[in-house]
Amino acid sequence: MPAIDYFRAMPVVETVDGDRTMVLNMGPQHPSTHGVLRLLLEIDGETVVRIRPDIGFLHTGIEKTCEAKFYQQVVPMTDRIDYLCPMTNNFAYVLAVEKLLGLEIPPRAMWIRLMLNELTRINSHLVWLGTHAMDIGAMTVFLYCFREREEILKMFEMVAGQRMMTSYFRVGGISMDLPLGFLDYLKNFIAYFPGRIEQYSDLLTKNPIWLGRTKGVAFISKEDARELMLTGPTARGSGVDWDLRRDMPYGGYENLEFKVPVATEGDVFARYEIRVEELRQSTSMVKQAIANLPDGPVKAEAPKVVLPDREKMKTQMESLIHHFKIVTEGFTVPEGEVYMGVESPRGEMGYYVVSDGTAKPYRVHMRSPSFGNLNATGVMCERNLLADVVAAVGSIDIVLGDVDR
Amino acid sequence: MALQPAVTDLELLKERPAVECLLSQMPQALQAAKFDRDELTVWIDPVRLIEALKLLRDSPTTTFEYLADVTAVDWFPSEPRFEVVYSILSYQRRERLRVKVRLNSTDPCVESVTSMWAGASPFEREVYDLMGIRFQGHPDLRRILLPDDWQGHPLRKDYPVEGYR
Repeated sequence: MPAIDYFRAMPVVETVDGDRTMVLNMGPQHPSTHGVLRLLLEIDGETVVRIRPDIGFLHTGIEKTCEAKFYQQVVPMTDRIDYLCPMTNNFAYVLAVEKLLGLEIPPRAMWIRLMLNELTRINSHLVWLGTHAMDIGAMTVFLYCFREREEILKMFEMVAGQRMMTSYFRVGGISMDLPLGFLDYLKNFIAYFPGRIEQYSDLLTKNPIWLGRTKGVAFISKEDARELMLTGPTARGSGVDWDLRRDMPYGGYENLEFKVPVATEGDVFARYEIRVEELRQSTSMVKQAIANLPDGPVKAEAPKVVLPDREKMKTQMESLIHHFKIVTEGFTVPEGEVYMGVESPRGEMGYYVVSDGTAKPYRVHMRSPSFGNLNATGVMCERNLLADVVAAVGSIDIVLGDVDR
Repeated sequence: MALQPAVTDLELLKERPAVECLLSQMPQALQAAKFDRDELTVWIDPVRLIEALKLLRDSPTTTFEYLADVTAVDWFPSEPRFEVVYSILSYQRRERLRVKVRLNSTDPCVESVTSMWAGASPFEREVYDLMGIRFQGHPDLRRILLPDDWQGHPLRKDYPVEGYR
């Protein structure tokens, strides 16, 4: 058995000049790292000289596990990657498999997906806003944000039976139609929610303490955003005018009207403003989806891929056979490969799915937005104050499940 | 929406800006191309990868200035065994391109793209960690997700999913 050099496991941080600097460990149990992120900080007094993120504490090998599952069985795995926006992950994965199959879904399913996906974005941004404000010291916002988030989680429970790990989307549609009373509940929520956004905004946007902690803090330039592969609100805060929903529409986003907020300041405050504006835009998109929601089936007409209705399965021989086949053997997907990039609340969430023609994916790779955005810690924190590290790391909205997979 | 068969004939793909650009400027680098399910894939000679990516980034007809993703696929037991997959993106033309390089199983190694996109560093470390492909010129090629004393590369197809290692 070879000797293990345990010190090699630590990221090596050599101090710059002699004994002036010290290395400080932050995390993986630190409350403001939103999970198990470990940051190694080299500090000179109160100034950060270097910062190195150390990740992998939550790595569960989801990509490898996916290779041993049927295509449909991968959907629950995707929830668990980014547990703040499960529907976005479901969405990206099923879109990728549908693209591989060449499957078209009925309009009602498409609109329900869009509606829930935007609700997920609201949910995720609310968690971000609440926890980020709390990290910086504004406790009240957290309580208000979680009050509204609770309503959204209740709605998720109504449609999927689960508050967080929804697994509601299926290849070829959604698992079942919306329950009775859901739309009324949602309409009620969407009617009062814009007022609540103004409430958060009133608490923060002109709050001098909030402004002092966020304005001009953790600057990212537009060039750095491109060089460091940043996406989502983090990049848009630095003037990158790019949103996959608008620029490369997928899954029906071309039918919605919305604006993409872009700011050029590149600081924490810009990223905050963008997310608050996205809350407003998402609310309007949910409204549009409710208004456009047609009647009709919620599953595609593809008996070899989509499970038959319960009723048909019990009365028709053909449906029973298909049901048995899909459950026991899965469905086969023609050979090929697809990269499906969607705009998650954090940035570009990409699913690269390779099929070898069997019932199990040959390779599933997730390009997760948090993993890419973690690149920004260096430019945001180095040469800045130690106290701003929390504001900087919080402002890119990382989810460690998404980073480590 | 029925599936269209994949187009792999370079003659038919000549119209595509990326293929056209590579054919006219560096024909020796382009090994193959495929257009399937609205996605274009090009296979590049591993030794000319950086040159080709730079060409695709700087040429005004392609402008693939943004790197979205780096990953790899293991085609065990066939040879060349590995494919490293770069997904590049053009903001101006709103188009994606998948660039692939094929690598043999004995000491798979390719030039790192961190000189072009500093942000590729963790992505390449992940591929190194889980697939065992080395990236030449990478500033800090260590394992990123697994513990440093881990044996083997789990995303390889000959690495068991269950049981003891």
